[in-house]
Amino acid sequence: MSSQVFSHKTFNQSLKKYYSFYTGGFIAFVLVLAVAEQIGMSRAWIGYWFLFATIGLYAGIGIMARTAEVAEYYVAGRRVPAFFNGMATGADWMSAASFIGMAGTLFLGGFDGLAWVMGWTGGYCLVALFLAPYLRKFGQFTIPDFLAERYGGNIVRTIGIISAITCSFVYVVAQIYGVGLITSRFTGLEFGIGVFVGLSGILVCSMLGGMKAVTWTQVAQYIILIIAYMTPVVWLGTKHTGIPIPQFAYGYTLQKVGDLEKKITADPKEQEVRKIFADRAAAGRAALAAPDKSYAEGKAKVEKALADAKTANVPADQIAAAEKSVAAYPKDMAAAKAGWTRETGLAARAAPPRPHAEPFVGKDEAARNTARLNFIGIVFCMMFGTAALPHILMRYYTTPSVQQARVSVFWSLFFIFLLYFTAPCLAVLAKYDMYSNLVGSSFASLPAWAAAWAKVDPGLLNITDFNKDGIVQWAEVVIGGDLIVLATPEIAGLPYVVSGLVAAGGLAAALSTADGLLLTIANALSHDLYYKMIDPHASTTKRVTISKVLLVVVAIIAAYVTSLKPGDILFLVGAAFSLAASAFFPPLVMGVFWKRANKWGAIIGMAAGLAICVYYMVTRYPFFGINMPLWFGLSPVSAGMFGLPLGVITIFVVSLLTSPPSREVQELVEHVRYPQLTGDTMVSEAR
Amino acid sequence: MQLTAKHEEYWRKNLVYTAILLFIWFVVTFVEAWYARELNAFTFLGFPFGFYMSAQGSLAIYVVIIGVYAMLMRRLDLEYNVDEGDLE
Repeated sequence: MSSQVFSHKTFNQSLKKYYSFYTGGFIAFVLVLAVAEQIGMSRAWIGYWFLFATIGLYAGIGIMARTAEVAEYYVAGRRVPAFFNGMATGADWMSAASFIGMAGTLFLGGFDGLAWVMGWTGGYCLVALFLAPYLRKFGQFTIPDFLAERYGGNIVRTIGIISAITCSFVYVVAQIYGVGLITSRFTGLEFGIGVFVGLSGILVCSMLGGMKAVTWTQVAQYIILIIAYMTPVVWLGTKHTGIPIPQFAYGYTLQKVGDLEKKITADPKEQEVRKIFADRAAAGRAALAAPDKSYAEGKAKVEKALADAKTANVPADQIAAAEKSVAAYPKDMAAAKAGWTRETGLAARAAPPRPHAEPFVGKDEAARNTARLNFIGIVFCMMFGTAALPHILMRYYTTPSVQQARVSVFWSLFFIFLLYFTAPCLAVLAKYDMYSNLVGSSFASLPAWAAAWAKVDPGLLNITDFNKDGIVQWAEVVIGGDLIVLATPEIAGLPYVVSGLVAAGGLAAALSTADGLLLTIANALSHDLYYKMIDPHASTTKRVTISKVLLVVVAIIAAYVTSLKPGDILFLVGAAFSLAASAFFPPLVMGVFWKRANKWGAIIGMAAGLAICVYYMVTRYPFFGINMPLWFGLSPVSAGMFGLPLGVITIFVVSLLTSPPSREVQELVEHVRYPQLTGDTMVSEAR
Repeated sequence: MQLTAKHEEYWRKNLVYTAILLFIWFVVTFVEAWYARELNAFTFLGFPFGFYMSAQGSLAIYVVIIGVYAMLMRRLDLEYNVDEGDLE
């Protein structure tokens, strides 16, 4: 025991030394690039340097941490100290959506976007209180392992494998999409090549060293992503609040944003633009109500205008314009209807800006109450989903002890908190900057960042002078959520090297999450399906080799699915959380806290939770085209609100109706409840 | 193996800690969100209070809840002699 104490302590100390050096080295690298930029290095080269240096670094860590040991490959040898496991979990957890999308969601949604912030942090309370210490004491390799051991039999394990793979796969596609997006934007490489470069880096890493390599890479990635997120926010915050920790001071900026919102709502020029949109939307609705008549009249009108122009002998450019509108007139009824439908959509832009700090905005009390219910629904599903996502729970198998697992959840949430309490601050700062510097500027001299982004990507920033007064009104600006994080360095007036740093941070966030997810899927297939169900006598070398091969296969399939660019990625991510909450949370927690929960309870409970969840999504989400009326107005993303309670009740009722679990299973439950039990005969952990 | 009365007591205390911390979690999450509009009437550090809690306050309390749980359980492990020895 004493030698073990010694080795854990020295290990922890040398880790701290290595990562301090590493952090210093990374900052030096950024500074060198900053100097290089000043003496004329091109933007593309700064992008390449960040891309290849960081990916090379991750691959390098993979080579140094290569292993063929089972326990090292699956759970990093169970010797990751709480502090570092916390950082690794932070990187594992924070995805491209958190890093790039979160601040944008808050910018566009105001208070209502905070549901994601609360849901994605508060879930760790459930991990800490209900799962992490007990899973660590159980000490196997995967989450289906626990379900199979606790409830017995391959049916439970199979449902576990299917659920783990479904939610992880849906999630990994979103990450790989993020990888392709970032690399293509910042280096000019093609989307497909960007995906290939990014994936090859993480594959070298996770293939050679499994969980061990992924852990140490994720720590490195956390350090990059948090530096990248904080730098521009601190800069912008100091500019607007006067102190370098804007997170505590942006309350006053928020008040100013509120004042500017009132000003924009009352401004006559803004009202003029909003009226243009309202009129166009009304015209679209009217045309849709009488399509045949409107189509014929509209056509006659443009043709008459052309004929008039020709006879009236007006300048040539006016005739050309009239000819153009005849040519552009919809060829058939379907095209015309699509056009009118687009016009009715402009009604959304006819509304004044949404008050940023006001919760649950709606036109009447009923709409506001529905908005509140949906806020609660998202918080609920994201929290319980967090506490049931296999790639996160797996990380708590890697600490040296139960107590370290508990402390490790604390560090995990602490490191996640740093980013999540910054995102709402960034949203407010960016909004203040735009309300005060972009609104009211003239189209001839837009702020430099706005001119650049509007030219590069109209999907992220579109500014059109609808009322032709030459001045920017807020109603004339359309912003894509991702713009906020990507453009902040330029809004804050920082050199391009910081934009490169932000891209490297976004890439680190996407890659680290993809790493953990791919490993979860490959392990579910190699360990749970192959080793536990098909060939229990497989040698350790064979198991690890199969796992490595599967990792590559899964990565290729995921990259292929990503290249098809499947629809609404945010919905898919939300759906993964609801599914995990419905399928995993009830059997995992009841398995520890209620000895009487048995096999049939778990099987029917998991099936019932999953079934209601999938049913609600399929029949309500517009993509599937069924569109049945919503229950209580709850959106299909929050289907876990029905799945989880149904799962709990079903496990409870069915368990009581069937015979109690065997004595051995009850002893297993006692075994996981105590960090150390004298006289306990159970083998403590898999090696 | 048969659990002793002390073991049963350890588990009961664990459940009490868990329940209390979970109650705090519930209040700062769901009760707070439900009454966010009413809480916004107050101001804190320049923020409307409901906004502050959802953006920062509740998050910080989550971190504290987990820290307190780890500390209490460490103490309980030692008191009931079910700790794993010093592995740090």
